[in-house]
Amino acid sequence: MQVTHFDVESLRKDFPLLNISQGKNPYVYFDNGATSQKPQVVIDRLKQYYDQENANVHRGVHQLSQISTDNFEESRRIVRRFLNAEYDHEIIFTAGTTNGINLVATSFGTMLSEGDEILISELEHHSNIVPWQMLAHDKNLVLKYIPINNKGEWILDDISDLITDKTKLIAVSHVSNSLGTINPVEKIIEEGKKFGAKILVDGAQAIQHFKVDVQKLDCDFYVFSGHKVFGPTGTGILYGKESVLNAMPPYQGGGDMIKTVSMSGTVYNELPHKFEAGTPNIAGVIGLGVAIEWFMSIDTEAVAAHENDLLVYAHEKLSEIEGIKIYGTSDKKCSLISFLVGDLHPYDVGTLLNQQGVAVRTGHHCTQPVMEYYGIPGTIRASFSLYNTKEEVDYFIKALKRAIRMLS
Amino acid sequence: MSLSEKEIELVDEFAIYDDWMDKYEYIIELGKDLPLIDEAHKIDENIIKGCQSTVWLHAVYKDGKVVFTGDADAIIVKGLVAILVRALSEEEPDAIINNELEFVKEIGLQEHLSPTRSNGVLAMIKQMKMYALGFKMKNA
Repeated sequence: MQVTHFDVESLRKDFPLLNISQGKNPYVYFDNGATSQKPQVVIDRLKQYYDQENANVHRGVHQLSQISTDNFEESRRIVRRFLNAEYDHEIIFTAGTTNGINLVATSFGTMLSEGDEILISELEHHSNIVPWQMLAHDKNLVLKYIPINNKGEWILDDISDLITDKTKLIAVSHVSNSLGTINPVEKIIEEGKKFGAKILVDGAQAIQHFKVDVQKLDCDFYVFSGHKVFGPTGTGILYGKESVLNAMPPYQGGGDMIKTVSMSGTVYNELPHKFEAGTPNIAGVIGLGVAIEWFMSIDTEAVAAHENDLLVYAHEKLSEIEGIKIYGTSDKKCSLISFLVGDLHPYDVGTLLNQQGVAVRTGHHCTQPVMEYYGIPGTIRASFSLYNTKEEVDYFIKALKRAIRMLS
Repeated sequence: MSLSEKEIELVDEFAIYDDWMDKYEYIIELGKDLPLIDEAHKIDENIIKGCQSTVWLHAVYKDGKVVFTGDADAIIVKGLVAILVRALSEEEPDAIINNELEFVKEIGLQEHLSPTRSNGVLAMIKQMKMYALGFKMKNA
């Protein structure tokens, strides 16, 4: 097998924002869990769209509209290949992961009735908790949670109590956004299938780190955000199995999602348009297609290996600092580290890191149940992407040590 | 010392530091020196909750002036609380209500007052003005 050399320095040149500095300091971007930076090809593509191609999709006979529609639909094909979905029309464009989950909660939710059960986990981001709580409240459903252990892993010992023939939907994250744990979704999908439950996987923190094959996973839904995988903000993907999506009612009413409308009623359009009411984020979707093609052109294995190197290195360097406590210590982790230093407040540490040109996230990371489990208000989270380097980790450690000296 | 004199003093104290890290060092120092709020007043009613940090603010009315004490769980936020308490405490209600906080901008700390920072400082300023207004109405 040919080993592709992973050249991080040349890769960094593709990202204009990585080449800025803050005064005399370099700018170290370790907030990739929140959003990724964008390669030049994506930025250029957005400009090209507005410069030369802007027109609405699926409506015009004129040439611009056809070009715009072709490019928009090409993105759908790219995403299908990326996820290895069976059909293009199983790819629904959304505004992001949150939007995708809400679409499923609202639409699939109409098919649930009192007493039905939904299973999520304690590790979920608020956007994969609150829509289900709202649905459970509206329809008198039972919401269950997979508990976690001290390493930040699911406890599946009592899985037979968690998944029963009442379980209609399981919605879980592929990777935890606050701890980095790679969850054994394969296991939960297998168990869920035995009871006929549908399974939604939140891939917001997974898709940019390793290869995802939705047919191999055999999940019913897979959602992610475009902006975390080098694409424009305001874009996202909901993958749904054809049979499941076909059985669901539309989410929002409007243009594009209809076949015919009369005063007495409406005939809905087919997939994927049934779920894409109104003018979509055309430029964003086209930019997302370019982002994903760019990402697919890089060897996924090499990316995973590089990111794991960064994780191991940062873990080792952080552990040398007195008073550091790392949250999320599973053997299977993506490249992010959540930590606290002694009793220093994350806000203080984050503020002083920012002053030195290091971007990290502090707080509860929209996972208050996880913070509650550990009995802490929040953590400092450094999350790495394929373009980060060991030299940046060194600078981060140096800046962190200075912050600790100042605050102690 | 009048409010405007206190403002000038604060701006001058910060002006000697060129480097932002040194300014933060000074904020931390001010935070450490802040006369703590009486533990009896560190109650839920006095909490101003930011998304990222928590601030406590207590106020009493004494001889026509509002006396503030405060605290915060994050030391930098505590330093910001110290700056605001030093300027606005022991002032007449109208002076507090009408203060535009220009001195905070002059020091260069206005970014901490942004509603998007969610550190509770902006909410604290609002609360200080609310207290001042409350005392003014009650004693009118």
